[in-house]
Amino acid sequence: MIKMSTPLTKEDVLKVAALSRLSLSENEVTEMTAQLGAILKYVAQLETLDTDNVTPLAHCLPIHNALREDVVKPSLSNEQALSNAPQIDEHYFAVPKVLGEGSA
Amino acid sequence: MEVKLVVGMEIHVQLATATKIFCGCKVGYEDLPNTNVCPVCLGLPGALPVMNKKAYEYSVRTAMALNCQIPSFTKWDRKCYYYPDLPKGYQISQYDLPMSENGTIEVADVNGKQKSIRILRAHLEEDAGKNMHDGTRHSQVDLNRAGTPLLEIVTEPDLRSATECKNLATELQKIVQFLGVSEANMQKGQIRFEPNINLIITEDGQTYKTPIIEVKNLNSFRAIEGAVEYESWRQLEAWKKDHNYTMEKCGKENRGWDANKNETVFQRGKEDAHDYRYFPDPDLVPVEIDDAWKASIRETVTELPRSYQERFITQYKLSAYDAAVLTGDKITAQFLDDAVKAGASPKRTANIITQFGLKVANEKECTLDQIGVSVTQITELAKIIDDGLISASASQTVFEKMLNSDQSAQAIAKENNLVQNSDSGALEDLLDAILATNNESVEKIKRGDKMAKKLRGFLMGEAMKQTKGQANPQVLNKLLSEKLK
Amino acid sequence: MDNLTLIQLRDKIATGDISAMDALNHTFDRIDSVDPTVKAYISIHREEATSQAIYIDEQINSGQPVGMLAGVPIALKDNMITHFGRTTCGSKMLENFSAPYDAHVVEKLKAAGAVIVGKCNMDEFAMGSSNENSAFFATHNPWDTTRVPGGSSGGSAAAVAAKTVWGALGSDTGGSIRQPASFCGVVGLKPTYGRVSRYGLVAYGSSLDQIGPLTKTVSDAALMLQVIAGHDSRDSTSIDEKDAQVDDYLCDIEKPINGLKIGIVKEFMASEGLDPQVAQANQAALDQYKKMGAEIIEISLPHIQYAIATYYLVATAEASGNLARYDGIHYGHRTTNTENVLDVYSASRSEGFGSEVKRRIMLGTYALSSGYYDAFYLKALKVRHLIRQDIDNALKLVDCIISPTAPETAFAMGAKTNDPLTMYLSDIFTIGVNLGGHPAISIPCGISKENLPIGLQIITPAFTEAKLFRIARMFESTNDFATKLPQL
Repeated sequence: MIKMSTPLTKEDVLKVAALSRLSLSENEVTEMTAQLGAILKYVAQLETLDTDNVTPLAHCLPIHNALREDVVKPSLSNEQALSNAPQIDEHYFAVPKVLGEGSA
Repeated sequence: MEVKLVVGMEIHVQLATATKIFCGCKVGYEDLPNTNVCPVCLGLPGALPVMNKKAYEYSVRTAMALNCQIPSFTKWDRKCYYYPDLPKGYQISQYDLPMSENGTIEVADVNGKQKSIRILRAHLEEDAGKNMHDGTRHSQVDLNRAGTPLLEIVTEPDLRSATECKNLATELQKIVQFLGVSEANMQKGQIRFEPNINLIITEDGQTYKTPIIEVKNLNSFRAIEGAVEYESWRQLEAWKKDHNYTMEKCGKENRGWDANKNETVFQRGKEDAHDYRYFPDPDLVPVEIDDAWKASIRETVTELPRSYQERFITQYKLSAYDAAVLTGDKITAQFLDDAVKAGASPKRTANIITQFGLKVANEKECTLDQIGVSVTQITELAKIIDDGLISASASQTVFEKMLNSDQSAQAIAKENNLVQNSDSGALEDLLDAILATNNESVEKIKRGDKMAKKLRGFLMGEAMKQTKGQANPQVLNKLLSEKLK
Repeated sequence: MDNLTLIQLRDKIATGDISAMDALNHTFDRIDSVDPTVKAYISIHREEATSQAIYIDEQINSGQPVGMLAGVPIALKDNMITHFGRTTCGSKMLENFSAPYDAHVVEKLKAAGAVIVGKCNMDEFAMGSSNENSAFFATHNPWDTTRVPGGSSGGSAAAVAAKTVWGALGSDTGGSIRQPASFCGVVGLKPTYGRVSRYGLVAYGSSLDQIGPLTKTVSDAALMLQVIAGHDSRDSTSIDEKDAQVDDYLCDIEKPINGLKIGIVKEFMASEGLDPQVAQANQAALDQYKKMGAEIIEISLPHIQYAIATYYLVATAEASGNLARYDGIHYGHRTTNTENVLDVYSASRSEGFGSEVKRRIMLGTYALSSGYYDAFYLKALKVRHLIRQDIDNALKLVDCIISPTAPETAFAMGAKTNDPLTMYLSDIFTIGVNLGGHPAISIPCGISKENLPIGLQIITPAFTEAKLFRIARMFESTNDFATKLPQL
């Protein structure tokens, strides 16, 4: 079982970097391991708190049911939609090819 | 050796709302790429999602039709992964507190017997855009579809044959169409099926479970059947070759369906399985549904195809085949119902619809209510055929004319001289007159002469000629037979 | 002119004493003269601002009604989307990003007649406490240009402190409005979570972020909040006015609260690293309140020591999701040197993000990853609940909680850049209310021997900004710190 105080390894950092789609240099990996390690060590103090009977608070507000009506609103033009695209192909965003299947 | 096929189905249904799930962009198909988009569905910095009430209500409606429980509290979560058709880098979906769970759907098994398939859950999420490969060095991304509301339905692994899988698919498609929550056209991708298939093999007292294979890219019912059949063969062969081909050792696998080769192809194994890092989406607030709201949605759960079918068989006394055809879509089923309620006979109306109406609808590629005839017209047509006002053969002509006219069936029949004369009194007089001028033939017929049949036919023909073809042949025949006794 | 408060300027423009163009020209002159040193701005929008000022002048001259901020030059932190110019968030990732829409607050400001002058520098994607994490350049504290202005809204705070504009908007996720306000000797408000729409605020920690004003005086801040507060149907987390109406923040602002009960936090008093001069100024302010009839009561926030740890799990987890969209595919920086899309993601993001952003994304991803979620993220959400409860409970016993805004005055540039954790630890006083959602204001309460401003923080219950302003005004009315901004 993972505990907060489990020390952070280089392998962990590489795994997390991959999940975050960040490519780090050797130096960065070393530095990141040390820095994140120190932060996690600090953060691990939460482990000492007994929170068994506490409900998690994801939302500050007592709001629920923020719903909207199914009414069409104006969309952007194709030009506006593509205006910041690094590469376009007529009306499409152009993207380097996906090797193999990647979506879920 | 015993082999049991185990299949669970994952279904995605695109909901027929006017706008996307989190923004006011139109949900549409034939539009130019990247024109039904806005900061929200493009995932621009600073944009925020707002839930479409109708999408939620359509989901609840569907879940109720599937006998699911609707918890009073539900929330949305971020499912994080990277793909060019996913602009935010996460899909807003539902993880641990979906909007519905624990339902059932009735499906016919291989022998036609009804069995209950359990539904684990149904939840509401957003669709991704489209990433298309056109053979050049890059792919094209169109985000028109991104943000379309999607209902994901997951069954328990209760399916046991390719036939059951196909039947589940067709039944579910019909249900969502009947409910009006989705057009569910498979070719348009508005309903997508992904079977999760594996085998439980027992040999020499040992039990083996092959890896669960999820098959994607199935775009027809035939493909669903084919994929399930192919997998049940492929997995068995693979296991026979190597008994280590098990779920335990190999884990879940994703395969794609190759429609040209009729086989599944490897896509992704468990090593590449995503870590989705689900967490509650902080930009959305939960939905709480109370009894009053549930009750108002329950009222929108209209009659389901199965129920129509059963009624058509038991009350309308139609054949199972006809009942199935007439519940092919809700409009047709409702058409029949409405006509019967207005006084038409079920059998006659069913015939008119199946023989004439649906044919035209198919040709015109539209629904029965769009071919140009109204329920009132069909109702009257059925009645005048049953009353003998027109012959069955004339009914086709009347029907065809009704397509382009608002006139009643009766008016059309009259206008086109198609009204049969069924007045026995008048016909009797006519026959008497004809027989009187054909004494010799009458005698010959009465005597049983070898020309009797031909002579009888001549007399009938005379009567039809004199009534300009409008005499009701059945009535005429009956009268003639009596007179020739 | 730049010694006028925002309200004074607004009034003079409304009567025709000063024209909007005059005010704007003054702003441009001021920026030209001091910003090369202060470097508060990433972009200035001369054309856009000028046409707005001309329009306002026309309206006023022809006797047409104009809005509450008509003609007043305002600056925006560069994480607020404007359809004009660029919105960079202080990052190479969005260096050339120009949005096709305006943030809700921008629409509100424009409707009120404000003249938006430019976008201010910030820590990249709002992650930082010194403005040193901007990918472009660092902003300098107008009080001492060798020191930081604070962050992440350092540019906005400096722009006001340097008297280039009469008000600015910043965003606050862990103290990012209040701490720079404290370091720069201006007023900074974080409204109650949900009071101001986040539509068009580039998200960092979605359940923590709020937009708020930075101004010279409390009344100026109240006026700005009046303009930007209120429900927005485009933000699901924006509160409906039937659940929490937008009060009139100005009408009673001069009325002190009789029998004011002030809570001071037991756990803060033991804070290591609390600069004695800050502690002294804080105490002097409390003494001032006592003179005005307030009662000082010691309260406890038993879990407050865990607030920083909690914040750095919750905020980074949300940020890891919020920043996933910066992938070089649809907008933003894309790497030029690869053809495989998987590499496009990693290379673009690695080139586009600075190291603090990468650190926080990694931390957040770690906290959410399979196997770690319960121990980290879920745990943090539970402790968050405890912290909010503590603050709510304390606010039942007292009208407000008062503490220093920051444990120190503005530190030297480069002093804390070696160790991220050290930087994080200075959020100790501000961070609790981001987790709880409560409103908090920082107002100047002293100047150190080194001639650096010291800030006082006041916290009140959710949606009680009207009362918060009154309490702040009570103290402000006894001093003249608002006139003591540096002469640059």
